[in-house]
Amino acid sequence: MKRQKTVYEAAIDHGFTRRDFLKMCTALAATLGLEYTQSDKVVKAMETNTRVPVIWMQFQDCTGCSESFIRSSQPKTESVLLDMISLEYSEVLSAPSGFQVESSMEQVYKDYKGEYIIAVEGSIPDDDSFLSVGGKSAKDTFIKMAEGAKAIIAYGSCSSWGGVAAAYPNPTGAKPITAHVKNTPVILVPGCPPIAEVMTGVIAYIITFGKFPELDHLGRPTSFYRHRIHDKCNRRAYFDAGLFVENFDDEGAKQGYCLYKVGCKGPTTYNSCAEMRWNGGVSYPIQSGNPCIGCSEKGFWDNGPFFERRAKIPGTQTTINPDEVGLAALGLTAAGIAVHAAGTVVKKKKDDKRGEEE
Amino acid sequence: MSERIVVDPITRIEGHLRVEVNVDESGVIKEAFSSGTAVRGLELIVRDRDPRDVWAYVQRICGVCTTVHALASVRSVEDALGIKIPKNAELIRNIMNEALYVHDHVVHFYHLHALDWVDVVSATKANPAETSKIAQSISSWPKSSPGYFTDVQNKVKKLVESGQLGIFANGYWGHKAYKLPPEVNLLAVAHYLEALDWQKEIVKIHTILGGKNPHPHYVVGGMATPLDIDSDNGVNAERLMHISQLIDQGKDFVNQVYIPDLLAIGSFYKDWTYGGGVTNYLCYGDFSTSSVYDYKNYRMPRGVILNGNINEVLDIDLKDSKHVQEFIDHSWYTYDGKQGNGVGKHPFDGETAFNYTGPKAPFKQLDTDKEYTWLKTPRWKENSMETGPLARMMVGYASGKDEIVNIVDDTLKKLNLPISVLHSALGRTVARGLETSLIAGWLRNDMDELLKNIKSGDQVTFDRTKWEPSTWPKNAKGVGWMEAPRGALGHWIEIENGKTKNYQAVVPSTWNASPKDHKGQVGAYEAALTGTLMLNKEQPLEIMRIIHSFDPCLACAVHLTDLETNNTTEIKLG
Repeated sequence: MKRQKTVYEAAIDHGFTRRDFLKMCTALAATLGLEYTQSDKVVKAMETNTRVPVIWMQFQDCTGCSESFIRSSQPKTESVLLDMISLEYSEVLSAPSGFQVESSMEQVYKDYKGEYIIAVEGSIPDDDSFLSVGGKSAKDTFIKMAEGAKAIIAYGSCSSWGGVAAAYPNPTGAKPITAHVKNTPVILVPGCPPIAEVMTGVIAYIITFGKFPELDHLGRPTSFYRHRIHDKCNRRAYFDAGLFVENFDDEGAKQGYCLYKVGCKGPTTYNSCAEMRWNGGVSYPIQSGNPCIGCSEKGFWDNGPFFERRAKIPGTQTTINPDEVGLAALGLTAAGIAVHAAGTVVKKKKDDKRGEEE
Repeated sequence: MSERIVVDPITRIEGHLRVEVNVDESGVIKEAFSSGTAVRGLELIVRDRDPRDVWAYVQRICGVCTTVHALASVRSVEDALGIKIPKNAELIRNIMNEALYVHDHVVHFYHLHALDWVDVVSATKANPAETSKIAQSISSWPKSSPGYFTDVQNKVKKLVESGQLGIFANGYWGHKAYKLPPEVNLLAVAHYLEALDWQKEIVKIHTILGGKNPHPHYVVGGMATPLDIDSDNGVNAERLMHISQLIDQGKDFVNQVYIPDLLAIGSFYKDWTYGGGVTNYLCYGDFSTSSVYDYKNYRMPRGVILNGNINEVLDIDLKDSKHVQEFIDHSWYTYDGKQGNGVGKHPFDGETAFNYTGPKAPFKQLDTDKEYTWLKTPRWKENSMETGPLARMMVGYASGKDEIVNIVDDTLKKLNLPISVLHSALGRTVARGLETSLIAGWLRNDMDELLKNIKSGDQVTFDRTKWEPSTWPKNAKGVGWMEAPRGALGHWIEIENGKTKNYQAVVPSTWNASPKDHKGQVGAYEAALTGTLMLNKEQPLEIMRIIHSFDPCLACAVHLTDLETNNTTEIKLG
């Protein structure tokens, strides 16, 4: 194969001007949470790196992660596909089917060993009879491809934690992909699905800087999963003031009061929804009047009922100190919370603790 | 002597689909088998859960037609509990479903289906000035200058020259069945890229009303969307105008890009008439101008057509155990511990017991005389049915719905074709385009209706009278139905003591992709493939065209069957 084009060359070839290119780099730097002054690093990296082959594998999934990925506003999907990565295998987008598309995967395995990236959506069942692709065990194909990959990005809660297929009683023995990876680095990008710009942001980080983003103790990029949604929620002031929505569509809901009492899991959910928001920053569930269901947390499907069980209020890791701020207001609601918490403990199943706090 | 050709994975669909066909010496498909090769068993997962939560679980059946299972689910719970939702909630749900159609059908056309008709590599040979002329002759869409198409062509050329074709690598480029001139191929490639950028906009309607996309939020009893034109935190005038603008942009794209492209491309393939199939059509109907229970106000009417007979539209009763039944004679399940044996179960009485009897991976071919798929076999009064855009247009046409009759007649007149040509892969693809155009109009109408209703002083979106389980009967059963982009969707729920006792969804792709039944009647995919001539057995382009014309959604098809709460579910392996 001939030398691959750098991202810069590819962008120029695709009709972007240098000015467009610099703008894209600046937007990317912002997405990655970098200071404006660091955008020259992005420019430099994009000028010298080449399009990285990516294999996108789907297991027990719903394709919601692929769909979210193509919603990206910055970088745009076209620019990701044509300028940054070379998506060599995708069951959603690849033109050929059958052995032709399988041979694309095989080719990447041979030609780019140690250089390609695998993106995965979906959990993997223990028993192959629950999932075969191309007449082969999907698990075996994944294990083989994983060994030759530079890195694996687990997109979504299914590949990261097991997700909905692994919810009780987990009829197919669904497992997160980490159960089948030995030595290859894995980055977890949970969410059901994850935010589009988080998905492209992670891949752009790796390609741009030639290293993995800083990860937390669970393997999630800190630039997107450092804070709880509650910490940056647009309704947070009302929580602190003790003003809560009691019923959907009540006056408080319309005024933007806190959704805690209708089940919002923002206080225990690490994700960027409140900060980056969804679909180009338009809104997110809480802003639209819906309590967060905690979809990026491990085991959140078994941590319900969504509208009944109240989240544990985080203590010292919040951006404010509840001992000093809003104490009086909190005091008003504390009794209600305590009474409810006592009720829910009784109802809890043994695995309910999963996902409650990290 | 026939030869078995296997295509797995089928790409540019949702989910894991395998197709095996027997082809004779002349290349004609004699027999076809459709197999779903993955299962998650979500029906077992929603059992015993709060019925008000179930929409979120079953929404994860599919992230492509994201919203439809959530909507069918909340409707099933509301049907069981007798909840009537406020007018604004009906309108918001319609708007969200209509926005989904517009998104989903455009993405299907350009990103999942177009490459079966459009040769990307051929676009490099086009004369961009000619493409510009063609574009301007069929549409008033502003991006149509020679310079614009030259830029697009340069992108394609560079991609081809780079040797890294990415998603276009190993395509069936140069296949004899591609008939478009290079100039039209270039037009389509340009719009492939434009549609990729456009699609991320229209979904913002979901984001404003349901918080995110994919997988926006729903609530049993209405919508949680806080309508309040005087609130800084509610869905106020700014948010409503944002939706309005997105609708107009969506409508423009459908009418100025999608429909002209569809007809231009279609006109080159008029003689490719393969892919008809069962010619039995099933449509539950939807898009009421009042409540979902007012069938007479459905803009997409309900009914069944058998054997392509558009002179008669038959009634459907989703609660009648003889109407909708699921059989398992060629599926990897058992009923009452036994293989199929011609037993069909109505969704309210269903059972789920996995029983994989297929070959151990890796395998070359399935034993299609026996069980060969994770899909069950739904039948209407024991007839194999097709559902989806073609079924909707057929039932609408046969029911004499003016809007549908007019758009179908006008289009056929433009193409100079009789209505019988609609029973084909291309007919299905055209039907999808026509309904998108209608639905984009309804989207505008419903938004205007919402604004009018808000103006009249009604900002209510949620009915809380039956929110608390203490207000529910001990036992209740309900059905939630809708027309999803891929066809008739039904969710059946039984609620007992405030919990989900029994849940089943029978989804469009299960109807269409189902295997043979106990009477030997094949499913809609299998029927559509049979009789098709393959020009090159190594490059199954014809199979792609036909399968893609249905827009398969396999995670939907195999996800949820049904369950009997009080029985222990058997899970037998291999």
